[in-house]
Amino acid sequence: MENAKSDVLIIGGGVIGCSIARELSKYQCRTILLEKDEDVCSGTSKANSAIVHAGYDAKTGSLKAKLNVQGNLMMEPLAKELDFDFKRNASMVLCFDKEDMPALQALYERGVANGVPGLKIISGEEARQMEPNLSDEVVSALYAPTGGIVCPFGLTIALAENAFENGVEFFFNTKVLEIVKNENGYLVKTNRGDFETTYIVNAAGVYADEFHNMVSEKKIHITPRRGDYCLLDKEAGNHVSATIFQLPGKYGKGILVTPTVHGNLLVGPTAIDQEDKDGTATTAEGLAEACEKATKSVKNVPFRQVITSFAGLRAHEDNNEFVLGEPEDAEGFFDAAGIESPGLSCAPAMGLYLAEMVAEKGKFEKKADFKATRKGIVKAAELSREERAALIKEKPEYGTIICRCENISEGEIVDAITRPLGARSLDGIKRRVRQGMGRCQAGFCTPRTMEILSRETGIPMEQICKNSNGSEMIRG
Amino acid sequence: MIQHDIVIIGGGPAGLAAAAAAKKGGADDILILERDGVLGGILNQCIHNGFGLHTFKEELTGPEYASRFIKIVKELGIPYQLNSMVIDINKEKEITVVSRENGLQVIKAKSIILAMGCRERPRGALNIPGYRPAGIYTAGTAQRLVNIEGHMVGKEVVILGSGDIGLIMARRMTLEGAKVKVVAELMPYSGGLKRNIVQCLDDFGIPLKLSHTVVNIEGKGRVTGITLAEVGPDRKPIPGTEEHYSCDTLLLSCGLIPENELTRNMGVSMNPVTSGPMVNDRLETDTEGVFACGNVLHVHDLVDYVSEEAALAGQNAAKYILYGASKTSGNGADAPRCSADAGICTGGSNGGTESSSAGACVAIRAENGVRYTVPQSLDPAAMAEKITVRFRVADVYKDRSICVYYDGKLISKKKKRVLAPGEMEQVVILKSSLAEYPDLKEITIRTEEES
Amino acid sequence: MEVRELTCIGCPLGCSLTVTMEWDKTGEGTDGVPVITVTGNTCPRGEAYARKEVTDPTRIVTSSVTVTGGTIAKASVKTASDIPKGKIFACMEEIRNVSVAAPVHIGDVVIENCAGTGVAVVVTKDVELA
Repeated sequence: MENAKSDVLIIGGGVIGCSIARELSKYQCRTILLEKDEDVCSGTSKANSAIVHAGYDAKTGSLKAKLNVQGNLMMEPLAKELDFDFKRNASMVLCFDKEDMPALQALYERGVANGVPGLKIISGEEARQMEPNLSDEVVSALYAPTGGIVCPFGLTIALAENAFENGVEFFFNTKVLEIVKNENGYLVKTNRGDFETTYIVNAAGVYADEFHNMVSEKKIHITPRRGDYCLLDKEAGNHVSATIFQLPGKYGKGILVTPTVHGNLLVGPTAIDQEDKDGTATTAEGLAEACEKATKSVKNVPFRQVITSFAGLRAHEDNNEFVLGEPEDAEGFFDAAGIESPGLSCAPAMGLYLAEMVAEKGKFEKKADFKATRKGIVKAAELSREERAALIKEKPEYGTIICRCENISEGEIVDAITRPLGARSLDGIKRRVRQGMGRCQAGFCTPRTMEILSRETGIPMEQICKNSNGSEMIRG
Repeated sequence: MIQHDIVIIGGGPAGLAAAAAAKKGGADDILILERDGVLGGILNQCIHNGFGLHTFKEELTGPEYASRFIKIVKELGIPYQLNSMVIDINKEKEITVVSRENGLQVIKAKSIILAMGCRERPRGALNIPGYRPAGIYTAGTAQRLVNIEGHMVGKEVVILGSGDIGLIMARRMTLEGAKVKVVAELMPYSGGLKRNIVQCLDDFGIPLKLSHTVVNIEGKGRVTGITLAEVGPDRKPIPGTEEHYSCDTLLLSCGLIPENELTRNMGVSMNPVTSGPMVNDRLETDTEGVFACGNVLHVHDLVDYVSEEAALAGQNAAKYILYGASKTSGNGADAPRCSADAGICTGGSNGGTESSSAGACVAIRAENGVRYTVPQSLDPAAMAEKITVRFRVADVYKDRSICVYYDGKLISKKKKRVLAPGEMEQVVILKSSLAEYPDLKEITIRTEEES
Repeated sequence: MEVRELTCIGCPLGCSLTVTMEWDKTGEGTDGVPVITVTGNTCPRGEAYARKEVTDPTRIVTSSVTVTGGTIAKASVKTASDIPKGKIFACMEEIRNVSVAAPVHIGDVVIENCAGTGVAVVVTKDVELA
């Protein structure tokens, strides 16, 4: 890798890595981001509940609580600035047993102490008035008007694109193999050569413990905690309007039922601790558990309308707290490790927090020419008829519909590929424009999308991948 | 606003046959809207033979069958618009269509024929656990890649589902040099035609495992293997019967779903059993002037029946244009219309919802092993001399009769040695047979065991 | 004597047929033509199918050939009539090696005599110039 000497090297292109990258791009420093897969948002960030939590869960006074409430506040202006999908749909925590009411009350009080605005304890009746499909067993609920839902791909990709536009360099398919401390900082060895850097930010998700432990004797251990989810057709998307939680138990927040920001219904996640750091296989038991537990909260969930199921891995650190900042014995190495829920909600605030920490250490000056806004890909189907007609007139490729179910045009797919940090895989396109995310799950549009990707990038058809290398679509 | 008498949504076998029949029936102003770049629909990728035995009395391949209808449509001078995706139809029969050439158009139709076809059930809807690697295709997607684009999707193949497309693809992949290791079928019987089991599987020594399903998919990048398990009568996997197959490809042939998003959005009443709209004997939905035919109405086994059904829809759309709604009956303006949803009024096993507009209309009810009927109602006064009622049965039955009852009175009984869900069945109702039943409320079609 | 089990494809019933072939039964079938008895069939079509299937099984082969310069990459083809079952793969091998230039039309011959069967391979889909 020629001239790969950076001030800051970020390991991991998930939502945390990209958020830090974007914040660092406000400073005068050379920032490089390494991602082992072919695209940003390929690990934990791509498979989670897509929830922006209100912030009542974390222990009052903890960094988790502070970053959550702050991140929740930041999300709305950030969504406008960077043009991604976010909706404040409110959330409810359900209580099914009068005996658990003190726990609900405690949650309320913790939320108030954490600075969560607008919290209310409501009766089962009130809850059912707001959400008619709630279970009859609900006796009470904590209502949080600031709860939200976000497109995690949209958020991560927007952060990455904006960081890129402000000078952050991204290296994909680049896997960190070894980190060696040297005089000026660190030497980072990868499958694509060596990188010299003064500072490292470790935002490697479930792998963050491996990198931390390469430089520090204060060992950490991350357990991938798998969660299985079912996603339902948009026809089921209005089954609930708020995000419905169950009163937290030992294994996190229980099963939630929520609309997604794109109008599907999402049910999950389970919580299964495992060793395999890319073991994202669902199990029949997991999916059954998710569905069964969901019915405790919400009546008549139309499970016949499941269009896909998936599993995500939360990076659970043994001490159950985010590991942020420099370990005592590894100067210049900044952890963003153990980021599990509410990591997505915290992401904007955490990016700010860590970037400031690194910038202070490196005494970086702010840039004068930072460009704060980014324009997303046009969603032709959401335009008014007049606007859409005008768009097709100007750019005819917006008139060729490739994905029937989600109504995605060739123009949008081409934009997803050709824009800065554009998609290089089918999943990359899917995460940018939702091609293939509908009810037929890419049955019809796969061949055409492969052709467009091949045409626009010059990648031969035989090498078109679903995601990373090794996921070739064609084998002749 | 652009206006046409009849707009046909879809230029596949149903749309083409409907267009030809409408034109021959006297309608002049017809437009076909097709989302693909060519006419012919899914037939273009069905390059195997076996089409047209009923229609043309010879065995054709899919593209040949399509080309005959395309030729007719072109000779009749019926206009069609390719690469044109309909994104909305409203109650006023205003069709919003998007295309590269014409941008966003709104077309006002007097009559609409829905002929959008169906789609395949994807992996997600089957809820198969495991990884989500590359190499999982619905059989039809693989068929398109192999037969039209010329790309082999894999070398070692397992197929889940023994529907005809799955069977055809088992042979196709084998002929192209792949190893098809097994075809697994959840049900205790195959959903495909016997001929296809013999000629696509037996000919090549491909095993068919009935009452089996995929319980796990392995592979983080590309599929590396799957696990099959036997299922019990409840169709749940039986622990201990798991069997591993290494493969790089899993093809799914697990059912077809009529593509009725447009239909639902325009508020047409649907039949939950067929997933298609409710129709009367004219194949008209409960939105006046809107007809449906082909796989969007119910999934067919043979394209010949699609063409036949679509021709009827086309003729009736032409009559609607020429004589108007009230006169399709030929009984004058006062004759009560037989609304398509009348068939629902009896509810029951024909998949009905609430509705009460009966008029002089007879509901057709499916019962005792008959899963559904198309149409779901008929109008004795206005009906053609004979109508064909098509249906499928719920299970494999041996030595049963298909019985037709008029208000509980047995009218006809036809003995069948075997009935299978994979094959469409039909009964013919003659107008003359209804003459003795002026107050007829309900026709029931059911299977009955031979005593 | 040889016994073969077949599934009849004449109708959905799919009768299990047992076909017995005997070559040396008192003067009959001595010149290589066996005496065939079919059991398990429930109608005459089953017997006719079984006799054909054990003496002269044939199939129509359908596939596709590469087209250059056309609107799509492959033109579908079929054998103009059925060919011996044993020749299917030899036939496929020849089809695989064929490449034609667009335009091609239904009925165009791409192989005159496929795998020595005397049967032609013909195009089943029009592919126009791109």
